[in-house]
Amino acid sequence: MAARIDVSIEHKHAPPEAQADGKPHPNTCPGCGSHYRDDELAKNLNVCPQCGHHFPMRARVRIASLTDHNSFTEEAAELRSDDPLAFFDLRPYTERLAEAEVATGLGDAMVIGSATLDTAPFELAVMDFAFMGGSMGRVVGEKFARACEAAAERQVPLVSVTASGGARMQEGILSLMQLPKTVCAVEDLHDAGGAMISVMAHPTTAGVLASFASLGDVIVAEPGALLSFTGPRVVQQTTREKLPEDFGLAESNYRFGHLDAIVPRPELRDYVGRLLRLFGNAE
Amino acid sequence: MPSEGEAQLRERLNRLRSLPLLRGARLSGELARLQRQLDRIVAEPSDEEIWRSVELARHPDRPYTLDYVDRMLDDFVELHGDRGRADDEALVTGLGRFDGRTIALIGHQKGRDIQERSKRNFGMAYPEGYRKAMRVMELADRHGFPLLTLVDTPGAYPGVAAEQHGQGGMIARSQAEMARLRTPVVSCIIGEGGSGGAIAIAVADKVLMQENAIYSVISPEGCAAILWRDAGEAQKAAAAFKPDARHCLELGVVDAIVPEPPEGAHTDPDTAAALLKDSLGESLDELAGFSGDELRRRRRARFRSLGALEIVKTP
Repeated sequence: MAARIDVSIEHKHAPPEAQADGKPHPNTCPGCGSHYRDDELAKNLNVCPQCGHHFPMRARVRIASLTDHNSFTEEAAELRSDDPLAFFDLRPYTERLAEAEVATGLGDAMVIGSATLDTAPFELAVMDFAFMGGSMGRVVGEKFARACEAAAERQVPLVSVTASGGARMQEGILSLMQLPKTVCAVEDLHDAGGAMISVMAHPTTAGVLASFASLGDVIVAEPGALLSFTGPRVVQQTTREKLPEDFGLAESNYRFGHLDAIVPRPELRDYVGRLLRLFGNAE
Repeated sequence: MPSEGEAQLRERLNRLRSLPLLRGARLSGELARLQRQLDRIVAEPSDEEIWRSVELARHPDRPYTLDYVDRMLDDFVELHGDRGRADDEALVTGLGRFDGRTIALIGHQKGRDIQERSKRNFGMAYPEGYRKAMRVMELADRHGFPLLTLVDTPGAYPGVAAEQHGQGGMIARSQAEMARLRTPVVSCIIGEGGSGGAIAIAVADKVLMQENAIYSVISPEGCAAILWRDAGEAQKAAAAFKPDARHCLELGVVDAIVPEPPEGAHTDPDTAAALLKDSLGESLDELAGFSGDELRRRRRARFRSLGALEIVKTP
């Protein structure tokens, strides 16, 4: 983690009491304890102005942050998951889906479409952790594959922004099949001469890390993002190993050679723009 | 009232009947096998039968990759090391002769006793194992050897060093490597097909599954711990996500079920190996007529269509 700035002088607002479920308020910074109003966070791309902690970013906001104004045209918005296994844990899967759609206003955990950035055309695939933990089932797999096809067809680069806990258990083995499906889609894109830029946001784990997200021509992550195949809790329980402090974090992944760069969110737009120009080979 | 799965299988059967792929002598055998599968699938497996599959797939006496290698291949030469860092013994790779032709083999390997189990890390590979597998895939491709993979792992190893060495990225790249191969690839799930660690070596032209194997996105215990908040509910979880061979066939995830001896592969490894060898040989024969580019295109299209929600553009 970046060195923590001394914030002892002032906290912008006192954090409110913990919520009913005992979790801290979503606008309270887990890095330094500062608390913000929604508009304060939004103004700062959901990055803590005090300590640089990156709060989660919703898909629509992310898209706005990486595209020219009004240039985004969504594709495959109508896709919805069915319930191939009639899956029922403590509640039916269909109920969880409906609830997630109402809560997020999204059809599933990924939004795809075409856009421009500094007038350079590209295809964009953005995940939203708020929709069932950004889990990848058939809709996410299908949308990502279509994004690859659209990018290949229009001969533009694909930018993916991931935030996912992994495959969606409620779709059973079909969710595992989305790994090879998205991998094959990237391979087809590469064969067609297309480029892929992968931006990993917090968290990018398990099935998404073990498939398309790791296949970008360039792979970058946001500071402090957890990028691990297995999460720290399970590793700890299974192996009883003592975990390093930065276990699975972007900083550790960078040190071990798995990332091209760690890019703070305020610099991401320029960084992606530069890559789009390089891959587009325009002046 | 036919179930959706039954309808799907009937449709597959009808499609197979008109498929040029299966011309000639193999046709009748293939159809007969699918018909048997259809007969079996008509009776939906019960929750108890699903759990029995989980237990048999993990049975300590179940034949492992090297047990099949001994019985199916001649002149086997094991290849070691990832040419970078280590030799991961949770994955066995090598060259051998299968019915007179040279093939490359990759398979997870579990251990029988405590010592071998720890040497084999319970069949849970590190990134080094998948890198070794990738090097052997490239070798097979270079020389035009068909590739056989045998899948039997609880999952990729969940440890600190495995993460630091890039477990997720390596599983992704191993799949990508398989998607690039221009040589025939046949995979069979022979025990536990555990999530990413399994699919890393199972992006094949034909995916087979033994009758009592399981193939799943998460272990029953893991799923129960997350969704039921109690790992003890594993049986319920397995019934919900249906990792058994019959459901995998029904969903189109595997192309055929390889029969086992009546009481399970562990009761008669010789017969189990003979049955497996038949199915693998049949699949290799079916693939023999295709060019490298055609194989690769069809392989990608196979996985592209899995779980597609609408009519998809065919590449």
